[in-house]
This record gives sequence, C-alpha cells and structure tokens, in this order.
Amino acid sequence: MDIDALTGCFASAACLVTQTTSGLIIGMLLFLVAVGLTLIFGVLKVVNFSHGAFYMFGAYFAMTAYQLSGSFALAMLCGAAGTAILGLIFERVFMSRVYGNDVLMQLLVCYAFVLIFDDVVKIVWGPEFRSMGMPTAFQIPPLFIAGGVVPPYYLLLIGVALAVAAVLGFSLARTRVGKVIRAAAHNPGMVSALGINTGLIYGGVFALGGMLAGLAGALAAPVRSLTPGMGFSVLIESFIVTVIGGMGSILGALIGALLIGLIRSFGSLGFPLFTEGLMYLFMVIVLVARPTGLFGKEVA
Amino acid sequence: MTKSRKPGISRRSALALMGGTAVTFATPWVAGAQAKTIKVGMPTILSGRVAQLGTSSRNGIMIEVDKVNAAGGLAGRPIEMVIRDSKGQPQEAARVARELVNTDGCEILIDAEASSGAFAVHEVARDLGVFCVHTNSETSSLTADPKQHIPNAFRTARQGVHDSIVGGGYAAAIAKAKGLKKWATCSPDYAYGRDTTGEFVYYLKQFAPDVEIISEAWPKLFQPDYTEVVTKILQAKPQALYSALWGGDLTSYIDQANIYALFTQMEVFAVNMADYTALTVVKNLPKGIHSGNRYIKTYPATAENAAWGDAYKAKFNEYPTNWSWENATAMMLIAAASKKANSADGKKLAEAMKGLTIKSPFGADGTVTMRAEDHTLIGYAIGWGTTIPVEPYVPEVKSGDWKQILALEAEWKKTKGYT
Repeated sequence: MDIDALTGCFASAACLVTQTTSGLIIGMLLFLVAVGLTLIFGVLKVVNFSHGAFYMFGAYFAMTAYQLSGSFALAMLCGAAGTAILGLIFERVFMSRVYGNDVLMQLLVCYAFVLIFDDVVKIVWGPEFRSMGMPTAFQIPPLFIAGGVVPPYYLLLIGVALAVAAVLGFSLARTRVGKVIRAAAHNPGMVSALGINTGLIYGGVFALGGMLAGLAGALAAPVRSLTPGMGFSVLIESFIVTVIGGMGSILGALIGALLIGLIRSFGSLGFPLFTEGLMYLFMVIVLVARPTGLFGKEVA
Repeated sequence: MTKSRKPGISRRSALALMGGTAVTFATPWVAGAQAKTIKVGMPTILSGRVAQLGTSSRNGIMIEVDKVNAAGGLAGRPIEMVIRDSKGQPQEAARVARELVNTDGCEILIDAEASSGAFAVHEVARDLGVFCVHTNSETSSLTADPKQHIPNAFRTARQGVHDSIVGGGYAAAIAKAKGLKKWATCSPDYAYGRDTTGEFVYYLKQFAPDVEIISEAWPKLFQPDYTEVVTKILQAKPQALYSALWGGDLTSYIDQANIYALFTQMEVFAVNMADYTALTVVKNLPKGIHSGNRYIKTYPATAENAAWGDAYKAKFNEYPTNWSWENATAMMLIAAASKKANSADGKKLAEAMKGLTIKSPFGADGTVTMRAEDHTLIGYAIGWGTTIPVEPYVPEVKSGDWKQILALEAEWKKTKGYT
C-alpha cells in the first residue's frame, strides 16, 4: 500500500490529469466491449460468452486492412464492419437456434465458438503475437495539459467512444428503431404479433454488439499486441463492468467502465499490489448493496 | 456386383508377404535399424499465447536431430522425436512426460517447458530415473539448489543469475557514467519476473551502490493494457527503468509507452528485448533500449552463428528464438555425449555429459560446457547492447566476462546456502 503516492497525486494537477485520462482510456475501450455485451443481453437475453472473439477479430481485421491500405480510417471501418457481418452470420446461423434452450446450451455454443474463433485466427494469422503499429499521423509527441501527459491518439479514442455512447443512447431513446428494439427486449411476442420481424431485430442487435466490440479491438490494435485468445481478459473485465453497471443498461455500462478505468489508474498508485483485487472488491460491494447493479432494473 | 473372395489369404498377399520376409531376412540392417530407433520425448507448449515457445523449441531441436540422424543417429540408433503439447499447464506437463516414458517408450526426455512446468517434469525425471535435459527454464534454483539435484537431469538453458550478473554490471556502468541514481522496475507478476528483477537489482546495487529503486510496477502476466503502469512510472520520474516483460507483453508495453514518449524521458533496460520474436514485431521500436542478448544471429559475431541462424530462417521462414538455440544445444550435447560413451543408454549418456565441452555456434568462445557439479550450461554467449529499429537490431553487444560471472555466481550460491 502506498497511500502517500495516492494523496500526493490528488494534490498535483499534473498527476490528476495524467491518471484521469489514463483511467478514461482504459474505461472507454472497456465500455465499447461491455455495451455490446449488455445490449445483446438486454434484447436477446443471452450472455454472449464469445463476445471477446469479436474484439479480437476487430483488431485483426484492422491490422490487415492497415497493412494492405496504409489507411487508418479504413482500418477502423474494416474492423467495425467486418465484425458486424461476422456477428450477423454468427447470430442467424448458430445463436438463433439456441434461444429457447437451457442457458447451459447457450454457454456451450458460445464457448465452442471461443475455441473455434481462436483457432481460425491461429490458422489465418499465425499463433505468434502481432503488432499493428501506431499510424504515422499519431506518431507525435504527447500533449501536456496542466502538466499532465495526454497522448493525442488517446484523445481520439476517448472521443470516438463518447460519440458512440451518445449516438447509441440517443437512437435507443428517441428513434423508431430504438423504440422497436426496446419493445422487443420487453415483449418480443407482442412485437412479433405487430408484424415486426423480430429475427431481423435480433440479428441487427447482435451485429451491432459485435461491431462495437470490433471497433474497440480496432482502436486498441495500434497499442496492444494481437494474439489468438486476446479477447478473453477483455471479456472478463467487461463482465465486471456489466455486473457493476447492471445487465442490460447502456448508462450502467458507461459508468461501470469509467469506474473500473479510474480504479485501475488510481489504484495502481495507491495499491500497486492490489489493483486487480480492488476491481473485484468494488464489484462485490456493488453486488451486496445493489444486486441488480448500479443501473440494473429489478426483474418483476 | 461384388466379387466373391475365398476365405483366407489371397495368393497375391501371400507372395507379397513372403517377398517382404525374404527381403527383411536378406537385409538384416533394415529390420535391425527399425528396432533400434531411440524415442526422445518432448513435452512443450504448443498452444495458447506462448505457443511460440514450443514451436521454436521444436524447430530448434529438429534442425539438430536431422543432422544427427543423417550421421547415423545416437550410437547407430536413429532418433524419433515424440513431441506433445502440455498447454503450458504444469500438471499436464508432468502427465505428458510420464506418458511419454511409460506408454510411448521414450528413453530420453527433452523438457521444453517454461519454468512452471519444468519443475513438474523434473519430479517425473526424479521418479522414473529417465535421462532428462531441461531446455527452457532459466530459473536458477532448478540446478543451483542441491535439493533439486538428480544425477539424470541437466539444463541447457541460460540461467537467470548469469543474466542478472552481466545485466547488473552493464547497467551499473551506464548508471555511473550518466549519473542514473533513481530507478524504477516494471516486470510481470510471477516467479520469473519477480526473481529476475530481484537478482538484477541486487547486482545493480552491488556494482553501483548509490542506485535507489523509487517505483515498482507488477502488471500481471498477459495483461492487455499497461496504461496505468506507464503513467505510474511517468509520475515517479525515474532516470532509468528496468523491465523483465517479454514477448507480446513487452511489445504491447512498448507501443503503449511510446505514445507517452516514455523512452525519451529515461534510459530503458529490457532484458528480453533483443529476441527476434519481439524485435521483428514492434513496428516503432525506439532507438537505444538496452537489452540482454536472447538470440540474434549477429552475436556472437561468428560465421558459424550466422550460418545457423540463416539455415533456420531458410527452413522455417522465421528467425530462431532464444528457445531455439537452447534446444539445439541439448541435441548437440546429447550427440557428443553419445559419441563419447559410444552408447545411447541414459545412464551412460548422463555420465558422459558431465563436464562435457563441445564446439558451439552459441558459445562465447566458440564452445559451451555442461558443468559437472550442478549440471547446468556455462560458457554460452551472454552480453548487453542497445537496439536500433532495423537489422542487425543490436549493432554492438558488450560481452559478459565468464570469469566474473562464475566468481559472482559462486558467491551468490553461498549467500543462498546452496554450497
């Protein structure tokens, strides 16, 4: 424990800026993965254990597109679009068959695909770790805000994630499609009876979830090493986020992800040997105080 | 319509059988050679995030096995390698090792496991008495601790304490020259990271007593994001940083630290940087990272080493790793021991291996020796240098002095109560 370092940090503007942005970066990437997870659960009532694989595919698609085209924007687009298509196919061909089944069956299908997707990556890209490299446009010195260090690439990353959160929140609350999705989550039988194609909604939501995870992978690709199985640890943290925020809540995913990010960044100063533990401890406290998560709704 | 067949053996089959028998008896060396094949079992990690450990170990040993077989095998017995995946789990490594000996009839074990699995395989070797060579575990105690010592097990890997002595000495010289007193460390939080970092800091302080460690970070193994670790180190404002991160973890760390311009703010010592696995993957390798040599074909700067690296690249379309040379060395030593003993028998091999010195492309002076007293490899090329982003990656390597390494190692063993 190093409480001095933590209190020292709160007294210094430079340290606060650096650690807060560091927390935001970790949190925002987590949010993109977790929000897909929570969205899929909210509408389809399926815990998608293979969600980490979409994060992995997003990173690999982006790397390949970047290597072929040299365009960072195209890399991001490929990462997101590729995983959206993959998500749609995965949902229509496989997941849609196990909706009514026991949760164990769903778990089994997802877990099988975790292994299959990892092996596909191994076959296509090789078992070794890979690196995409930072695009030239972002190979510039970091900014200094109030003495704190902020890399420009991370500003972009935070901006993209915030924009996604805003668009998602707005579309679900205010647009017709959003209303239909929320209705389908609440009462799929009624939505279907009204002549709306629920299969299309399910496939669309799964594709959207996959796309968000893929976008997170693509955004992470320039700074994280790419390996088969890289989705696993991200998935675990995303579960913590959704448990804290409440399954099915987008705002919950955002707040949960930011809290985890900040716990990691400030926790590493004050409790360097217990940073991981802090996350779980926080989760336990939330679960005890509010078993449905911070923004989860009671199931009637 | 199907053709009806008379019961029993057909005339054609009978002729073939008789012909085959006749040939076998007329040429006894064919049947004899098949019976005399010696099976060598190798548990290693062929799946998961560190699968490269296993594949490059397998490639390294196969290059030498092919040479031995082309030259007639071990005392006339061709080698058949039986290589199995342990998935990096110690209990699985032990199970596979036992099965290789008991079920598959392997007479020699090549333990190509990481440290966690190596200790498990070591216990199997102790139990079964099979001749065993550890090729990847660098944890010093595996051979330094007399409690671990068994007559039938050897190690052809580097030893952590050797690297730390050379690294500590090298870093201390730079610390003194540049006045680097405030240091930070950032290493993976498991046995290897903790031990290696501890030993490095110990020797750094021995050689440069006014060095002070002002910050330590222990990210967990395979952590995807190091941002909080990077910013923590930036806050501490050290003059130098030591890291024992390796493989994909190291490349992630470099990519993430790069955008914080960490490498321009302090001298960085990363013991595992100078391995092709990391060097060829990092896209924006910063200039001037200090690293120990793992495997590079330009150090030792000899024609033999370059030729070995190129032959490997030609065969497997990638450069060798640190694990490749360690496994190749195992087979080179086994072949030499077999020649010396004129036998492939495990007990005789173990006897012949003790104190054996062989010519080697990886030797500091062109040779390596299997030290008799503790069955571990000495005399291998060991040095530190700074990296550049293009080949040869580490243009100049400052060699460690084996006389000094051995003297300090002996002292270290005393302080640990090993001698």
